[in-house]
Amino acid sequence: MDRAAIAARIAEVIEPFNKNDVKIDETTSFAGDLEWDSLTVMDFVAAIEDEFDIIISMNQQAEIETYGQLIDAVATLQG
Amino acid sequence: MNDMTPPEAAQADLFSKFDPLIETRRSLLATGVTDPFSLVMEKVLSPTTAICSGRETILLGTYNYMGMTFDPDVIAAGKQALDEFGAGTTGSRVLNGTYAGHRAVEDALKEFYGMDHAMVFSTGYQANLGIISTIAGKGDYIVLDIDSHASIWDGCKMGDAEVVPFKHNDIEAMEKRLKRIPAGAGKLVVLEGVYSMLGDIAPLKEMIRIAKENGAMVLVDEAHSMGFIGPNGRGVAEDQGVLDDVDFVIGTFSKSVGTVGGFCVSNHPKFEIMRLVCRPYVFTASLPPSVVATAATSIRKLMHAGNKRAHLWENSRTLHGALTQLGFKLGTAEPQSAIIAVIMPDLERGAMMWEALLREGLYVNLARPPATPAGMTLLRCSLCAEHTAEQVGIITGMFERAGKAVGII
Repeated sequence: MDRAAIAARIAEVIEPFNKNDVKIDETTSFAGDLEWDSLTVMDFVAAIEDEFDIIISMNQQAEIETYGQLIDAVATLQG
Repeated sequence: MNDMTPPEAAQADLFSKFDPLIETRRSLLATGVTDPFSLVMEKVLSPTTAICSGRETILLGTYNYMGMTFDPDVIAAGKQALDEFGAGTTGSRVLNGTYAGHRAVEDALKEFYGMDHAMVFSTGYQANLGIISTIAGKGDYIVLDIDSHASIWDGCKMGDAEVVPFKHNDIEAMEKRLKRIPAGAGKLVVLEGVYSMLGDIAPLKEMIRIAKENGAMVLVDEAHSMGFIGPNGRGVAEDQGVLDDVDFVIGTFSKSVGTVGGFCVSNHPKFEIMRLVCRPYVFTASLPPSVVATAATSIRKLMHAGNKRAHLWENSRTLHGALTQLGFKLGTAEPQSAIIAVIMPDLERGAMMWEALLREGLYVNLARPPATPAGMTLLRCSLCAEHTAEQVGIITGMFERAGKAVGII
């Protein structure tokens, strides 16, 4: 899957979690811009893991703050 | 000379990160409620009663499930050890800190669980911290329930393994994550028998079967089940018939056993090496002789405590039924353990209810985030085998009056 396809699928997963309809770009941060608390982050990570059939460990999550970083991480994890 | 001194840099206050919590606390106390986190017990009368602020108070938030703290045999053993071995060991278990009593309590644990190895730590927190951080290393994966106790999370954080949480008690979520772990990686599944916030139990039978099918080792924290769940009080894994498939059981002396300390029991043939490689075991002083003597005596008595267990379950069922009938919202629909969690609408009314109960003469735990799941405020009640049926009736009346006064029921 190419980067654009991954980005599109992640955007779809984000949608139901984006309660304030924040406009998403590569630099949108989950904690800052989307104002997700730790419980929302947990549910979102589980949704992404299931969507792409991958594991994003807590250790890896610590390095992912923005939409752009998540796309790159998923691309890498998918191999 | 002075001209050459560089100007002092502005000092960032390392405490500013605590400002939101300081503010939450300030605004809560500004409403006039008693600080729920600085209660002092002036005198402890029994496992179920104490004097708090000059008032006799029924204790319903101590985890002293089996009421062993004032057992005459336990106290006598502690006094004798204090006389014969002194106040403390002043040393690590691997140097000068292993006395006859430390071996004796490990022997008692091996018998209690029917396992080959037992290792005693200075607290239950250190048992989780030490075992988890030591056995799961770089490149290994820890798969754990998201509602795990702080000591489990801290054990994960201290080690170098990849940490993968799954939704609370969700068998399918756990299985999916196990199946995604790269082939060849070491896997440790960490579960609890009873989850202490809501008092619910884990479906260990299914979870452990799936963990084993996927080549994982299994660690179960049975802190809140020891002594009264399972035919021999060995915990939820024993109750569900899967204790033989558990690689490591973690437990504590600070609940049913009635003193302080933590342990791990295991049948792993290489288990004894942990005594040399587990840093929270090595780099701290061992438990005082009086503590291990009280623990050993208590554990041996818990092996034959069938009647007390039955009474504790009776208490748990009675109170759960009565609170449900009064209209309180509880953490579980049926009583699954000796913990009954009463769900509060918010922190402020939770603190008001806590204080109203204290004024009635009842102590319960006020639990709030981050200790609680899903941002809940809870009044957590833990029953004791020494609570009389009469006390349980009195407690119900106190909840009714306090709940109506605060407007929760």
